Amino acid sequence: MNALKGRAARAWYGFAAGAVLLFAVAPAALSDFRLGLFAKYLCMAMVAVGICLAWGRGGLLTLGQGVFFGLGGYAMAMHLKLADAGPGNLPDFMQLYGTATELPWWWRPFANPAVALAATVLLPVAVAALLGLLVFRRRVKGAYFAILGQALAAAFAIWLVGQQATTGGTNGLTDIQGFFGYDLHDPVNQRMVYFVIAAVLLLVVLLARQLIHSRYGELLVAVRDAEERVRFLGYNPANVKLVAYVVAAGTAGLAGALFVPAVGIISPALVGIVPSIEFVIGAAVGGRASLAGAVLGAVAVAWARTALSEEFPAAWTYFQGLLFVVALAFLPGGLASLPAVVRRRRAAAPVAVGEAA
Amino acid sequence: MSGGLEIRGLRVVFDGFTAVDGVDLDVRPGDLRFLIGPNGAGKTTLVDAVTGLVRAEGSVRFGGEELLGRSVHRIARSGIGRTFQTATVFEELTVLQNLDIAAGAGRSMWTMLRRRRDVPVPVARALETIGLTDVADSPAGTLAHGQKQWLEIGMLLVQDVRLLLLDEPVAGMSHDERQATGELLERISEERTVVVIEHDMDFLRSFARSVSVLHAGRVLSEGTVTEVQADPRVQEVYLGHAPEVPSRGADDGPDDGDGGAAVGAGAASAGDTAADAAVQEA
Repeated sequence: MNALKGRAARAWYGFAAGAVLLFAVAPAALSDFRLGLFAKYLCMAMVAVGICLAWGRGGLLTLGQGVFFGLGGYAMAMHLKLADAGPGNLPDFMQLYGTATELPWWWRPFANPAVALAATVLLPVAVAALLGLLVFRRRVKGAYFAILGQALAAAFAIWLVGQQATTGGTNGLTDIQGFFGYDLHDPVNQRMVYFVIAAVLLLVVLLARQLIHSRYGELLVAVRDAEERVRFLGYNPANVKLVAYVVAAGTAGLAGALFVPAVGIISPALVGIVPSIEFVIGAAVGGRASLAGAVLGAVAVAWARTALSEEFPAAWTYFQGLLFVVALAFLPGGLASLPAVVRRRRAAAPVAVGEAA
Repeated sequence: MSGGLEIRGLRVVFDGFTAVDGVDLDVRPGDLRFLIGPNGAGKTTLVDAVTGLVRAEGSVRFGGEELLGRSVHRIARSGIGRTFQTATVFEELTVLQNLDIAAGAGRSMWTMLRRRRDVPVPVARALETIGLTDVADSPAGTLAHGQKQWLEIGMLLVQDVRLLLLDEPVAGMSHDERQATGELLERISEERTVVVIEHDMDFLRSFARSVSVLHAGRVLSEGTVTEVQADPRVQEVYLGHAPEVPSRGADDGPDDGDGGAAVGAGAASAGDTAADAAVQEA
């Protein structure tokens, strides 16, 4: 029981330290440009929180998070584009490529800020719920589930590219000027966006922590480790997995929505196969079963990407692949599991020596 | 008869192979029934069919409710629990968490989303019953083999099942662990119906209240331990396969320890003895 209390206390200290870092240290230490990049990394971390829940705790290798990130991102960007254009006007790219003279019907609801904001979460949640129902009821698992995610990400990106007139095609929705009335070119407003992202990330982490330590969280681990056994206890594992998958999708959608004002663009290149894998790598390297591991891993990998791409533009892709393979092969629990692994080695070592002697 | 398990004309076919071929079986409430039979007799398949894991024809009723055609988790919710040949517990979770999950299939969404603040009464009682109170906070993966089996039985208890189907619960246990498990099953069967698949004849003689012998997907013989062991058909079946029921044991009665030794003894010699007996009886 004491150990448990110690762990809870440590988690709170960690959380407090994270909050101080996000709200005091980072804004003071980083230039506006770097802070903007950091805001982007925090969006990646938000996706990783969902991956930690679904993959780390639920064993669902979510290789299609780009879809949910994209749904959230496009929902937000569509609203911002409409707001930029002003009431009654078409977004700039539609005037450029479009043959249509009026707004497509499915764009219209996004003119309303409340609807658009709700859609950034509800759209991915609805898609994930529908998909999850079909997939988990049919007991699709493991590699098949992962491949399905990848296929979905590919299909989504291809569809976006194909709908040039209404989605902006390969370019995506770019050049976003304002964020609910605030001019995004103003550094002060960019900082505000950063603070919003940091606050939402902390909230998402709290929510995920509550879920992980609830009875549901224990059940989720049970489903991950022995799904059949759970069935014989009277639970339907499909529903248990569905909740984790849907929450992960909602988190990714939220991250996508906040990514748009931070970076000013959403495009098919940000939601397809490769970004979907990249979302997972951060969590894998940091430690997928640990919230802190997944969040820090995602930030670290995103930061390393920027740093390395600046130095060696061509090498990053290889490095990234290597990182993923090495983490999964040699340290499946990620960096977060390193202390425990070291402790176990240390504990095992004297016994081995004793036996040898 | 209501309240017990009633199986009528149960058939399970895998790709043309009939694993269970028209089994009729009645187990009264409060019985401690042992299912025995050579390998491939269909014992585990029978349990799989009752718990919804494999498709089957016929009828399986428990407490008057038809079970066939329901999904696994619905059958579990109607009060039927099982264990597997290899103990399956949630290794990364603690003993307490394992039991808490087993106790919780009826919990509301709201309860599920909150933390467990204390030990639920049925869980505490089960910990006491299976003797694992001291290790309640240890990960289940660190338990000894026998303790894992007890934890599984404890999970069935907190699940509050009325019918327990146990697949070789004492396999790999030490003598003392077997004794403890047998006594545990005797206590449990006072309030619930227990069906045990078992190969250990010593264990069977000590604890079975009734026995059904399965062979080639059918019920070959049924009755008390003594009746079944005296049945010439049973002796014949065991001759053609692993001679697990030596005919000597039948004469010596349930408290005999030698019969068990014969099980472990060379198959040939035990088989010969039984063969002689069978020949004489014929």
